[in-house]
Amino acid sequence: MAAPISAPASAQAGLPLPTTGMPRHQVIALAVMVLFFALAPFAGLYSVFLMKVMCFALFACAFNLLLGYVGLLSFGHAAYFGFSSYLAAHAAKAWGFTPELAILFAVAGSALIGLAFGALAIRRQGIYFAMITLALAQMVFFFCLQAPFTGGENGIQSVPRPPLFGFIPMQGDLQVYWLVFALFIGGFLLVYRIVHSPFGQVLKAIRENEPRAISLGYRVDHYKLIAFVLSAALAGLAGAAKAFVVQLASLTDVAWQMSGEVVLMTLVGGMGTMFGPVVGAFTIITMQTYLAEFGAWVTVIQGGIFLLCVLAFRRGIVGEVARLTRKSF
Amino acid sequence: MLDLEAALTQGTLGLINGAFYAMLSLGLAVIFGLLNIVNFAHGALYMLGAFVAWGLLTFLGLGYFPALILAPLIVGAIGILLERTVLKPLYKLDHLYGLLATFGVALILEGVLRNEFGVSGMPYAVPPDLRGVVDLGYMFLPRYRGWVVLVSLLVCLGTWYMIEKTRLGAYLRAATENPALVQAFGINVPVMITLTYGFGVALAGLSGVLAAPIYSVNPNMGSSLIIVVFAVVVIGGMGSILGSIITGFALGFIEGMTKVVYPEASTTVVFIIMAIVLLIKPAGLFGRA
Repeated sequence: MAAPISAPASAQAGLPLPTTGMPRHQVIALAVMVLFFALAPFAGLYSVFLMKVMCFALFACAFNLLLGYVGLLSFGHAAYFGFSSYLAAHAAKAWGFTPELAILFAVAGSALIGLAFGALAIRRQGIYFAMITLALAQMVFFFCLQAPFTGGENGIQSVPRPPLFGFIPMQGDLQVYWLVFALFIGGFLLVYRIVHSPFGQVLKAIRENEPRAISLGYRVDHYKLIAFVLSAALAGLAGAAKAFVVQLASLTDVAWQMSGEVVLMTLVGGMGTMFGPVVGAFTIITMQTYLAEFGAWVTVIQGGIFLLCVLAFRRGIVGEVARLTRKSF
Repeated sequence: MLDLEAALTQGTLGLINGAFYAMLSLGLAVIFGLLNIVNFAHGALYMLGAFVAWGLLTFLGLGYFPALILAPLIVGAIGILLERTVLKPLYKLDHLYGLLATFGVALILEGVLRNEFGVSGMPYAVPPDLRGVVDLGYMFLPRYRGWVVLVSLLVCLGTWYMIEKTRLGAYLRAATENPALVQAFGINVPVMITLTYGFGVALAGLSGVLAAPIYSVNPNMGSSLIIVVFAVVVIGGMGSILGSIITGFALGFIEGMTKVVYPEASTTVVFIIMAIVLLIKPAGLFGRA
């Protein structure tokens, strides 16, 4: 019997599942995370770098919701992330939407695509699911390459930063920083809530044993689809936020390599853990930023990390911490 | 007004893409049947086949026809090495880990070659014996393109014959159904798995050599192709050898026709067909549920 891909670190270590509320060690971890991102821009870390980390962390959390808690490997999450980035950029630039409206519009758009693609993809399981999501995402890529509003190879450049709600100025990086910070923390807590809700318990049941979940009377397909749409919408939230951070929506964010990157972030941090995707995103973005001078070698290094994670480090960083401390994070 | 001749011409040219779809999806199907993994590195190994052909010509002066034999052997050997080192430890785990590991391999291969050769690509001349055109009545077909379709048809049918009609193929099919039982009969299943992976990968290498004179040899040639091939595999279903061959050629033909009917959709038509097939027959046209 093949071991399930995403047995959480807690189950592997034979730990009791958390009961009600957030256990103390997780509250501490959450506080550390919030404090880190609240203080880091004042401690000399470049705020755009930190914002990118938060966008990708949210993206990876959204992806992990599917892979880590439902056991579905989507290899096309760049579609929701990248397309949402285009939608937000276009809404802000061409229609003059304020950031909150542009982001809302983009999230709604990516949720809709998630609904359509999810409904198709959940008709197959396992590796087929991965291949289908990848192929559908490639369709979005070609759409973005050809559609008139996306600017083809150039993307949508110099995305404006109009005032939030029409009156809070957003011109400076630090002002955008707090918006991204709020979105990231809000998104993270939402994922936490989803995972620890009765709905989330059913998702985990599907991951562990789908036939049994069906025989217990759960409409497994509905649960999978809702999880898929939630994941796509959250990935869209991350993508829309990124459009305001870098003031650019480009093909990079919608290409298959990006889908691979979010898998890598989740894998490195620890799939099926709450904080893993955040740690993974931080690790990979740091690596990309500081190894940028090596050009294409970054791809080789990422491939190497992929192999290493799959062959020898399947729990990921947070998964290993959880195993050593015998607590779930 | 639909120009039938133009559509037929593009469709015929599309058969060349179809030839690659067929050979690559065949390799994927053979590997999947026995190893239960989706070989994400298939596109990268196809690209490697083209590079080996180019390298044989540039550094050893070995031309197209020797490369047609040697490159698949070399790529197959690399595949065997990969199977032994990377894939073997993963068989007991979820199949998705195989996908992720081979994805990592693809990134490494592409990254290394991109560092070495850039992304612009190197030309590989059409062999002198295969230059010129053939008159098909409704169009002039470059002789080399006809050759590609012919070779891939032969290779595909040969593979089908080997798997469906020979004793070796019978072992293979039996091991696909129940490896433990086949091993109990004294057949060395692990070696068979290794060789099957080597063979599937060699098919990718051969496709790469065939592709080299048509597309320039460049590190990115595999990754975009493999995603289309994944869609082809979903459409056809991986259960049937003949199914993947037919699906591959048919989709190449349809994709070519689309270039005339509605050019904007020619890059996405395969994905759209995949979506429709998923709605109507989720297991794929030739697949078993």
